[in-house]
Amino acid sequence: MTTSPAYDLECINVSKNFGPVRAVDDVSFTIPSGSFFSILGPSGCGKTTLMRMIAGFEDPASGDIRIKGKSVIDKAPNKRNVKMVFQHLALFPMMNVYENIAYGLKCNGASKAEIEARVRDVLDRIALPDVAEREIHQLSGGQKQRIAIARCMVLDPDVLLLDEPLGALDLKLREAMKIELKLLQHQFNTTFVYITHDQSEALVMSDHVAIMNQGKFEQIGTPQELYHAPNTSFVAGFVGDSNRWSGRMTVINGDTATVETDAGLTLLCSPAGSIRPEAGQSVEIFVRPEFIHAHRQGTSPAEDAPEAVNQLEGKVDSLLFNGANSRVLVRSSSGQLIEADVTLTGGTDDLRPGEAVRLVWSPQQTMCFRT
Amino acid sequence: MQKDVKRLSLILLFTPFALWILLLIIIPHMGMVVLSLREKVAPRVYEYGLGNYIDFINEPIYWNTLLRTGSMSLLVTVLALLIGFPIAYYIAKIAGNRTRGALFLLCLVPLWVSDLIRAFGWILLLRETGVISSVLQWSGLVHEPIEFLYNDVTVIIGLVYTVILFMIVPLVSTLDGMDNAMIEAGYNLGGSGPTVLRRIIIPYAMPGIVSGCIVVFMLTAGSYLTPILLGGKNSSWFTEQIYDQFITRFNWESGAAFGFLLLVFTSFVVWLGLKITGQTLANTVARS
Repeated sequence: MTTSPAYDLECINVSKNFGPVRAVDDVSFTIPSGSFFSILGPSGCGKTTLMRMIAGFEDPASGDIRIKGKSVIDKAPNKRNVKMVFQHLALFPMMNVYENIAYGLKCNGASKAEIEARVRDVLDRIALPDVAEREIHQLSGGQKQRIAIARCMVLDPDVLLLDEPLGALDLKLREAMKIELKLLQHQFNTTFVYITHDQSEALVMSDHVAIMNQGKFEQIGTPQELYHAPNTSFVAGFVGDSNRWSGRMTVINGDTATVETDAGLTLLCSPAGSIRPEAGQSVEIFVRPEFIHAHRQGTSPAEDAPEAVNQLEGKVDSLLFNGANSRVLVRSSSGQLIEADVTLTGGTDDLRPGEAVRLVWSPQQTMCFRT
Repeated sequence: MQKDVKRLSLILLFTPFALWILLLIIIPHMGMVVLSLREKVAPRVYEYGLGNYIDFINEPIYWNTLLRTGSMSLLVTVLALLIGFPIAYYIAKIAGNRTRGALFLLCLVPLWVSDLIRAFGWILLLRETGVISSVLQWSGLVHEPIEFLYNDVTVIIGLVYTVILFMIVPLVSTLDGMDNAMIEAGYNLGGSGPTVLRRIIIPYAMPGIVSGCIVVFMLTAGSYLTPILLGGKNSSWFTEQIYDQFITRFNWESGAAFGFLLLVFTSFVVWLGLKITGQTLANTVARS
């Protein structure tokens, strides 16, 4: 065996076609033991197909899937030690909580006493010791979620797959479950593979995130890497919010480049991505709202700043109040709307719609990708 | 005002139903019970008593026919379930969206033709000079004509064929409501094919199974045309006894008693079935 058993799950050049559509295109990745790995992508990007292949419900057209170093391609779904939490949980409504959790153990031929002990143990670990005799329809959304996870974890899987299990919950519960899932993963110390289209779920919970688009992995990295150092314009646009411009690169000078945007602006930016853009090429520019500072015109200290910065004048179009995450929408002289983070204290200093402002941001925070 | 309109529409909607139940179900049955309790002591002289029921118990041929009808109907129900379940499963879970509609329609097509014509179709196939017998002779497998009609096997085949649709429809609708992920979860958690069928699919489909079985059993036990046409005089179906009492022997009192006994008997079997499977009638009707 040449593969290192340090990886719980390895996918090697996995592909899958549905007719002429290439749903999963040559995907390779490895997941170290005990980590929380997310696959993030827009709907229809092939992430569910990839997960179904790992679980064994679909056969890959080519490539290999290894669990703890052993290929599982030829194993039936019920012989793989990969358990799955389904999107709508798929708890069995005709069984109560105890029977739901005991089902997998019974299939493995465990003794009655062992089943009893392990079901009680897993219920304790998910902090729901008293629900064993309840029917599924008597549980709340969050409890169902935890039972679905317990039903898998009681079997000690090598990998737990989760297919957007938070999708059906309301916002408040979803926020709470994000933290809970992360804690459960720590507690069981099992590799979790989490599939989602919701970037905040992926960023908050994961050790590593893979961004998937049109059947391919665009980038794999820690949440910070993906946010601050995206490899492609898709990742930059998909993860987090951004202001975007498209244009043509005119001059490149080391780490700084000058770009002429389609609207006629000249911006300083830093070339980014795995394939760096060159002078003369068309590029896309991304700037995160939190790196743009909005100053009331005339009071800006940046007007005589020594370093080279990007500056733009405009008028406050509207304020988007959202507590600590408040934003201001500024209409620039060219007519584009630009989002910038602001602090709204509720005092008289706050920006108001219609005021003239100057937007300032540094070239280092201006990512520019080849298109 | 609004409340009055609501009440009026409720009454209007409910009236035909109430009339139907009252005029066509309750009154005839009450009439039948009353009729069955009358005994003829002399021409045009009647007495009330349990004589007709005592006759039934004292004459083994009567209750043997009833038991035979009941057991054969159970056999038909079981066969319809065994054949109908895979068909329903295929339609609901395996066939694609477009094929599903087409297959369902194909199941319904035979209903467009009357019972009589379909029974006649079986006769054409199975009689001594029928299609199957002729083909067998022509191919040299047999040397003289074979009579396939007028035996129990033919009656059962004919009955299964007539009622299987009423098994498939409720099964398809319950299985259709089952999330595919539930079956996948059954496999994912380590279940083999038979385990998933036994522990997940069948328990989930139980309301549909029970309601299909009730309908099929009632239809079979109460059927008249198919057993008579395919079984002839050998069929000894209980409905035939009832017909004989009413029409041939002109003994309405005894016929009414038999009719009432058939209702009691089939209701008892259905009740027993519900008890054994742990289903309630309301649950069964609501889920399928």
